[in-house]
Amino acid sequence: MNDDLLLLGGKEFSNRLLTGTGKFGNHGQIPKMLAASGSQMITVALRRVDVSEQSENILEYIPKNVTLLPNTSGARNAEQAVRVARIAREAGCGDFIKIEVITDMKYLMPDNWETLKATEILAKEGFQVLPYVLPDLPLAKRLENAGAAAVMPLGSPIGTNRGLETKPLIAMLIENACVPIVVDAGIGKPSQAAAAMEMGADAVLVNTAIATARDPEAMGRAFDLAVKAGRAAYLAEMAEASTFARASSPLTGFLDEEQP
Amino acid sequence: MSFYKVVEQYRDFNVPKFFDQVNDEDIILSMAKEKPDPMDLLTLLSPRAAGHLEAMARKAHQLTVQYFGRTIQMFIPLYISNYCNNGCAYCGFNHKNSILRRKLSLEEIEIEAKAIAKTGMQHVLFLTGEAQHMTPMSYLVDASRLLKKHFASVAIEVYPLEIEEYRQLYEAGVDSMTMFQETYDEGVYKRVHLAGKKMDYHWRLNGPERAAKGGMRVVNLGALLGLSEPRREMFFTGLHASYLENKYINTEVAISLPRFNEAEGDFQPDYLVNDKTFVQFMTALRIFLPRLGLTVSTRENATFRDRILPLGATRYSAGSSTGVGGYTEIPDGQTPQFEITDARSVAQVADAILAQGYQPIYKDWDCI
Repeated sequence: MNDDLLLLGGKEFSNRLLTGTGKFGNHGQIPKMLAASGSQMITVALRRVDVSEQSENILEYIPKNVTLLPNTSGARNAEQAVRVARIAREAGCGDFIKIEVITDMKYLMPDNWETLKATEILAKEGFQVLPYVLPDLPLAKRLENAGAAAVMPLGSPIGTNRGLETKPLIAMLIENACVPIVVDAGIGKPSQAAAAMEMGADAVLVNTAIATARDPEAMGRAFDLAVKAGRAAYLAEMAEASTFARASSPLTGFLDEEQP
Repeated sequence: MSFYKVVEQYRDFNVPKFFDQVNDEDIILSMAKEKPDPMDLLTLLSPRAAGHLEAMARKAHQLTVQYFGRTIQMFIPLYISNYCNNGCAYCGFNHKNSILRRKLSLEEIEIEAKAIAKTGMQHVLFLTGEAQHMTPMSYLVDASRLLKKHFASVAIEVYPLEIEEYRQLYEAGVDSMTMFQETYDEGVYKRVHLAGKKMDYHWRLNGPERAAKGGMRVVNLGALLGLSEPRREMFFTGLHASYLENKYINTEVAISLPRFNEAEGDFQPDYLVNDKTFVQFMTALRIFLPRLGLTVSTRENATFRDRILPLGATRYSAGSSTGVGGYTEIPDGQTPQFEITDARSVAQVADAILAQGYQPIYKDWDCI
């Protein structure tokens, strides 16, 4: 029995890999990837959901046992993000919402200020808010106080596959936050996901690295294993690194032995 | 500062001499750079770089998949008027051409919109000729509001507007604008634009910037390949996109690569761009600007469009008709602005995209 559960927005998850739907060449790959990765939560850009159901609906490809995390991708300010969240709820996507407010089209950096504003409004309305942010400790505390269900700092800019470039800043959040820290964006390799989990992240969200792999299903499986390995290593409490060699069996230990 | 400063900066730059000096090492280096600069773009546009096309294509493919995934956003053009005051030597809508002129009423636009919406298409681009007295702002605003009721995203390709006018259209539901400079060469521009407000090179050149200031989410640029030396044209197009991308971080910048196509009149372009050069242009632009939208229209034929899909494209038009009222009527004696060469339906284009392992995106943004 798995007693290491992730509690997110009042819901328990036994798997700590969150996935995305954005870049698949075919919606049909999504359920296969979910099955292989064991991911229990998947983010969907509401901007690509046809709520009028005129055309193919991406939501049909997400199994019922997987929790939907609609996101506000495309929103340029808090007001738009709030509107998107409300539409998502009305469309039956549940209470989880990932706030993604991006005003910069070149690096796609999240706008922390607008994200905080949207979080404050939506948390009051009963949403389980997961804000996607640049890692910043004072902001994370304010998001927490505003009622965020988690904080999602970026490892590096969206889609770059550059890994944990913001590692020291994420470490501060992990050390000080009272809500789960989900590393989102920039993770390009399973080893980078494992590294995030080893440092104590509660979960990671991976989209590009899985969706754009030659075999998304196999890559989903690889990320699942990496996240599990990283989490296990974190729980096992790794020994500290040091500059100089430390022998497993000290050569001078006999000097401390009690003389008869 | 406007983009014209950049045009001036490179006006006397000796492009042929630069191309003569480009060697294979330069090309490999430009391709490998994390942040290519304008000279890297020019290097990749050089005739010598054509010898590195496969490597450029692989890099362009990798960057496109990384930033856009295996997705292609679909859109459909809707011509609502072909009245035009301009005398563009190359265009079927030239005011001197005695063609059947027509402007759709709002009722007729709605009929067309309903017919298009049935195809599942949710991104529409509406176009007019450039006759402000026939298609004034009030008409454009009304058309925008009407189309927004039927589509998730509404784009425009109309005469250049003032900042406030772009803002008015944005508020009426328009999120994207397309403005083709046609040619960045001021001398050639003067030679081919013989009447009308389009004669003003600067007014047109600054149109995309005014649109960005007016709040448009997407600004799409282009040079009509054939009017002037195409490698130089692509260089300025790339610089224009880069200028806007850096200055207006809220705006998504895209480029189209329209090649000269047969239209009404006897215009013979000075330059013809073959398929190989077209692909070089596409891939060079992608390497220079990895997040750039790249639009491929139905000016290109179906076979070619299918083949270039993985090389950097992000947007495809489909099911296009370039006649006014073309989705519900058989245009009787109407002359299109240009000839389309991919006559497949929306569903057929979507199937072809899927067959390439890509996902056609019918709805990518809803301006709510």
